[in-house]
Amino acid sequence: MTANINFKLSQTIQLLRLATVGSVDDGKSTLIGRLLVDTKGAFEDQLLSVTRKKGAASEAEVDLAMLTDGLSAEREQGITIDVAYRYFATPKRKFIMADCPGHEQYTRNMVTGASTANAAIILIDARNGVMPQTKRHTHILSLLGTPHLVVAINKMDMVDYDQSIFEKIRADITAYCAKQGIKDLICIPISALHGDMVVTRGDSMSWYKDRTLLETLESIEVTDHIERLPFRFAVQYINRPQTEELPDFRGYCGRINSGIVRTGDTVTLLPSGKTSRIKEIVTFDGTPDEAFAPQSVTLTLVDDIDISRGDMIVHSDSTPEIRKEIEALVCWIGDEPLVARKKYIIKQTTNSVRAVAMDIVYRTDIHTLNQDNADELGVNEIGRVRFKLAQPIYCDAYADNRATGSFIIIDTFTNITIGAGMICG
Amino acid sequence: MSKYRLTQLKALEAESIHIMREVVAEFRNPVMLYSIGKDSSVMLHLARKAFYPAPLPFPLLHVDTAYKFPEMYEFREWFVKEIGAELIVRRNEDAINKGMNPKGFGVARCCGALKTQGLLDALEEGNYDAAFGGARRDEERSRAKERVFSIRDEFGQWDPKNQRPELWDVYNGRIHEGESVRVFPLSNWTEMDIWLYIREENIPIVPLYYAKERLMVERGNLLIPYYEKTKDQLLKGEEPTMVMSRFRTLGCMPCTGAVRSHATTIDEIVAEAAAARRSERETRIIDHGANTMEDKKKEGYF
Ligand SMILES: Nc1nc2c(ncn2[C@@H]2O[C@H](COP(=O)(O)OP(=O)(O)O)[C@@H](O)[C@H]2O)c(=O)[nH]1
Repeated sequence: MTANINFKLSQTIQLLRLATVGSVDDGKSTLIGRLLVDTKGAFEDQLLSVTRKKGAASEAEVDLAMLTDGLSAEREQGITIDVAYRYFATPKRKFIMADCPGHEQYTRNMVTGASTANAAIILIDARNGVMPQTKRHTHILSLLGTPHLVVAINKMDMVDYDQSIFEKIRADITAYCAKQGIKDLICIPISALHGDMVVTRGDSMSWYKDRTLLETLESIEVTDHIERLPFRFAVQYINRPQTEELPDFRGYCGRINSGIVRTGDTVTLLPSGKTSRIKEIVTFDGTPDEAFAPQSVTLTLVDDIDISRGDMIVHSDSTPEIRKEIEALVCWIGDEPLVARKKYIIKQTTNSVRAVAMDIVYRTDIHTLNQDNADELGVNEIGRVRFKLAQPIYCDAYADNRATGSFIIIDTFTNITIGAGMICG
Repeated sequence: MSKYRLTQLKALEAESIHIMREVVAEFRNPVMLYSIGKDSSVMLHLARKAFYPAPLPFPLLHVDTAYKFPEMYEFREWFVKEIGAELIVRRNEDAINKGMNPKGFGVARCCGALKTQGLLDALEEGNYDAAFGGARRDEERSRAKERVFSIRDEFGQWDPKNQRPELWDVYNGRIHEGESVRVFPLSNWTEMDIWLYIREENIPIVPLYYAKERLMVERGNLLIPYYEKTKDQLLKGEEPTMVMSRFRTLGCMPCTGAVRSHATTIDEIVAEAAAARRSERETRIIDHGANTMEDKKKEGYF
């Protein structure tokens, strides 16, 4: 990054949320270290702190993987045990990268890291090709609906930068992805260690003519166009200043989940079903005529209607479903398995409701993608589950709307987050 | 750029506001830790946006070590009044009266008493169940894994191996009696974002961030500010000289280094931050031991 570029930067630069997944030793930490170093996202003193131990002097000898291994526990164990977030920027973009561990028991962290991502990099070791873990991760990414997938076939230096090996792996992973309905797959041959095709092209793979990894990340669409979806506004907080200047102000705070809202729009309030019109869109910076997802705003209505947290404001001509029973794909991340008839808390948008797991429709075998009968979902397992809810929620199918179709499952006893759910249509 | 795209700063802003409102909606008694630094200034600015037109629905808490720069105290008084916030100041008077200082007791013990213990005491006294902090994940390696909602046990301790996964933007704010949560609305901001946002939004910051001729003592690579109050923290033979300098981060006088700089405007600071090849944490003396931050955090340090 150079200084003069940064003067304009804040006006045009956009944010891309990325997740990086791969099996242990595929070179994920090395790749992220490489991206940080080559985009100057790592500072000299941080580089020094990871070279010191090895007595290395030059950048070439920096242990790139060490740059990203944060906690002492994992330095001792030599594995990455939790999602870490990395930040780097180019003159075009700022990147937030969720570094997701590849170890099997930490699949929950992958789900966590990928849930907010607009794009994911899947790492494959060129020597091993597509592994069971690769399939598991790809499957989870397809369930989460991660809009863009980039496969980085790493350690090309260890297979003599052989194009035929790259092509074989590309064919394998493309075929696997096709089975899951993933079409747009970008495959790039790289050497994270030496840097080929990561930020610079290097000179060992002249047969590869497409974009480097960083060029690819800079050109991916950053949005999934949530502003084009129907307007959804889950009420987060009721703003009632009750001050001398504002005795009667009553605003509904929230982050627009999807769509666009304009002053004067006719809206329906859920669950009451009453209608009203948008009086004003209130922000610290003024009262704009329109606002769009994912902005955080405060809405006021023309009518005085009783609304509380968890309610939803929507356009009257396109309302979501109001459901007391849902079927959802669930990624289970709790240590204790999900079992039928057990009670849970489901939090969807700003709404927390009690729920009972009615039954497990099926459990997906991650290797074959077969749907099996099951009595429980263990940690890291994925399946389709039916829930009955104590109160209705206002939702869309996850495939149509990530914000209103997703929920977390909370243990009623420990309060820990134990599952991730995606509502089926 | 299409009219329905947010710039990276506006995207970060929307996210931070969302986080703050979740906390205020779900917790009984939140508080915002206010450290007077640039990150606090940004966090406070975002809080004002989140609850506009209402005043802040929670007080600010400054855990004072008595070692902050005079310019910081001055700024604190002015800024808090300016925006009409409620400020609570707490100090570990016990330790301060016993003459706690970094040179005599060691930096770790001094921080432990004045910052960590001071904070834990203040949180307990106020019976807060949620405390906002301005920490960013890009600051330090062990913070890269910190959640936005970080659950602490009754002793304020953090267990890096037992954190709740955070999915989408659905935060789990359920806690047991006695537990509390530290919330970091600036998690995804980088130092650069902070400066760009301060520039874009015209956010007031302590003048120490701007370069000026200041009395400094040079120790190795470090520039240590010279003040009457803390001159006994200097080593034998150290003499102050005037140096054109500024601070990249602000902490306690004896433990915060400055950098040589001619950046006297926000544009110049942005340019300097963009060209910086060393992290801002380097000027914090407290980070110079191995793994210190993670250890401190386990004990309850922010
Ligand atoms: N030859 C070669 N080795 C690599 C490459 N990328 C990573 N490695 C090595 O593979 C090992 C595992 O890498 P690491 O980044 O720790 O993997 P992670 O477990 O996926 O984070 C380390 O010894 C790296 O130096 C590469 O492109 N070429």
